[in-house]
Amino acid sequence: MRKLLTVSLAAAGLLATVGLAAAQTIVGVSWNNFQEERWKTDETAIKSVLDAAGAKYISTDAQSSADKQVTDVENLISQGANVLIVLAQDSDAIQPAVQKAVDAGIPVIGYDRLIENPKAFYITFDNKQVGVLEAGPVFKLKPKGNYVFIKGNSADPNADFVKSGQDEVVGAAVKSGDIKNVGESYTDNWDPANAQKEMEQFLTKNNNKVDAVLSENDGMAGGVVAALAAQGLAGQVPVSGQDGDHAALNRVALGTQTVSVWKDARELGKGAATVSLALATGTALDKVPGAVQFNGGPKKVTMNSLFLKPVPITVDNLNVVIDGGWITKDEVCKGVKPGTVKVCG
Amino acid sequence: MVAEVSGAPAHRAEGPTLGIVGRFMQATEVDARLLGMIVALAVVWVGFHIASQAVFLTPRNLWNLSVQTATIAVLANGMVLIIVSRNIDLSVGSLMGFIGMIMGAVQTQLLPPLLGWDHPATWLITVVIGIASGALIGAFQGFIIAYLQVPAFIVTLGGLLVWRGAAWWVASGKTLAPMDTTFQLFGGGGHGSIGATASWIIGLLACAGLVGTIVSGRRQRRRFNFPLRPVWAEITLGVIGSAAALGAVAVINAYPMPVGLAKAYATAHNLQWPDDGLFISLGIAVPVLIAIGSALIVSFISSRTRFGRYVFAIGGNPEAAELGGINTRWVIMKTFILMGVLCAVAAMIATARLNAATNALGTNNELYTIAAVIIGGTSFAGGVGTIAGAMLGALLMQSLQSGMQLMGIDAPLQNVVVGAVLVLAVGIDTYYRRRTA
Repeated sequence: MRKLLTVSLAAAGLLATVGLAAAQTIVGVSWNNFQEERWKTDETAIKSVLDAAGAKYISTDAQSSADKQVTDVENLISQGANVLIVLAQDSDAIQPAVQKAVDAGIPVIGYDRLIENPKAFYITFDNKQVGVLEAGPVFKLKPKGNYVFIKGNSADPNADFVKSGQDEVVGAAVKSGDIKNVGESYTDNWDPANAQKEMEQFLTKNNNKVDAVLSENDGMAGGVVAALAAQGLAGQVPVSGQDGDHAALNRVALGTQTVSVWKDARELGKGAATVSLALATGTALDKVPGAVQFNGGPKKVTMNSLFLKPVPITVDNLNVVIDGGWITKDEVCKGVKPGTVKVCG
Repeated sequence: MVAEVSGAPAHRAEGPTLGIVGRFMQATEVDARLLGMIVALAVVWVGFHIASQAVFLTPRNLWNLSVQTATIAVLANGMVLIIVSRNIDLSVGSLMGFIGMIMGAVQTQLLPPLLGWDHPATWLITVVIGIASGALIGAFQGFIIAYLQVPAFIVTLGGLLVWRGAAWWVASGKTLAPMDTTFQLFGGGGHGSIGATASWIIGLLACAGLVGTIVSGRRQRRRFNFPLRPVWAEITLGVIGSAAALGAVAVINAYPMPVGLAKAYATAHNLQWPDDGLFISLGIAVPVLIAIGSALIVSFISSRTRFGRYVFAIGGNPEAAELGGINTRWVIMKTFILMGVLCAVAAMIATARLNAATNALGTNNELYTIAAVIIGGTSFAGGVGTIAGAMLGALLMQSLQSGMQLMGIDAPLQNVVVGAVLVLAVGIDTYYRRRTA
């Protein structure tokens, strides 16, 4: 009799849990490394959308460990998440955990980094587009001449995505000989100090005959500009970058960097949260507004994806980042001579 | 400059069987390993010169190389003493990053609201705070290692993670830039050099110092009835050393200020711009002077002070050193304080050079530093190591990287080569030592 009671109590408890879960959407987010500053911005954006919809936010931090992330995802599932957003540490190692979720009917959104599973959704900024937008303004200034390419970490697929975008813009000119590739290098850890050494060697090798530099991100652009400054060339040679780093936006105002392609992390967070709510209510992957078919990953798996458009920030539209609350005007205009840049006055 | 505590040989083996090189080496008492490294470096340099279509051995590239080596060279000074005393420090790269961020925050965020931007005292306050933090953190790690007896490998492995994380907290991962104008001089760059005249003076001082060391060394040996080097050997050493110092200055001075900067200089000084350009020597870069200065100081400490002798004694045999009455714990703690201070100096050079303090600053530098020290002949078994060797080791490592960059060899392959050279160098050294033992 007592046994029966226990069982029925347990059953009732179980039912209650299920009932609760059905009543409320629980979005589980697995971060790979919450230490990096920018993910806080993403989290705030995700939460704002979920709060407005009355959904619950739960999260884990894998602290850069691919192993821990697999366990994290399982924990999120057992905590009752009915849709997952995963920022993968290792896009291959996470596969079994993602497969488990998909098999259990829990939709998975690959956040910013590709997880090649045909039943997962992928949302990111268009990294190839980043390369296109980096090369655009530089190419406009220097349609001919000697180009240096400072690429990111060789183990990061984004380094090659960005480069392929740059090639879309300058590729034809390189082929015709108008643009000469006088130096191209991967940069360990995207480390600005390494980029500085690379640039110094490229300048030495070419006896300073470098007309433009396509650097894949802002940190490395900082190293490139330091190397150019040591030769008195800063401001004369166009330099690209991405991320909207505060120091880089200051360089854009100072004229030592041409463009910083800005990916507004808040847009990505909001986008992912909106998609997660849609998927939680049973929307099919290919019916998500704006979804496109994408198979450009290393394994050529066809996936439903949403690509957000990054914004190239040049001296002409610095007001976008200031108005967006990303950076203060004082930070952008530090050291800028009055009357030279519109937004700085 | 050689800081090996082998002392003077008690007796000189009189071997008529030695060839001319052997006799020369014996008379001048030049360390064979050091000579071997110089030869290896020469081979690498000439090889790269040919492979890079005659770019490597130009004044400009050698000037670059000297500045690029400075950070690791500074770190290597401290690492020699740490490894000699049978410890290790894996935290130097992260510590550099953390202190770099502190110095960045002090000069870009803390001081400008109080003093105004580019105040003349900014750099000094920044450097003092940086070096104090370095000493404090070094003392903290050293205390745990020496007094609480936690292995150095573990403590500094923890430090590797802790300080990198701490660097992030200073500015929530943001890059801090630009640096104070005076502070930037520590990085070399366009204005951070001392000019031709001052460089020549440094070169002459080096010659005077070398001759002084030889003369006083000879006097000391005579006083204690140690065997003397033949006079011709003393003179040869003096001449070769002085020629090397002056030659290096001549090469450095042959690198002129880049055209862009020279034009700005001419405008600022109301000079007429000549048609064939203006030749202004940059001279020795400030970071290189700092690296050489710290090498001289640490050399002096390790060879001429009681602390230095204790470090080598502890490395040779810790139990015997302790039984001999050396306060081994305090000595070990001091080596880590020194390392912390040198991390601050390295961070100062690196942030000034990049004109920005970034989170990633110093990543993997612990590995490059340890490699430089080991290539330079310091033994992991403890008790043996020289500052001069470590400097050459750092120069060799950076030569490989810069040279391959000139040849257009990409980063992944560079790592393969540098790693292979490390193992090869230690392998050859071990083989050589076993044969001569």
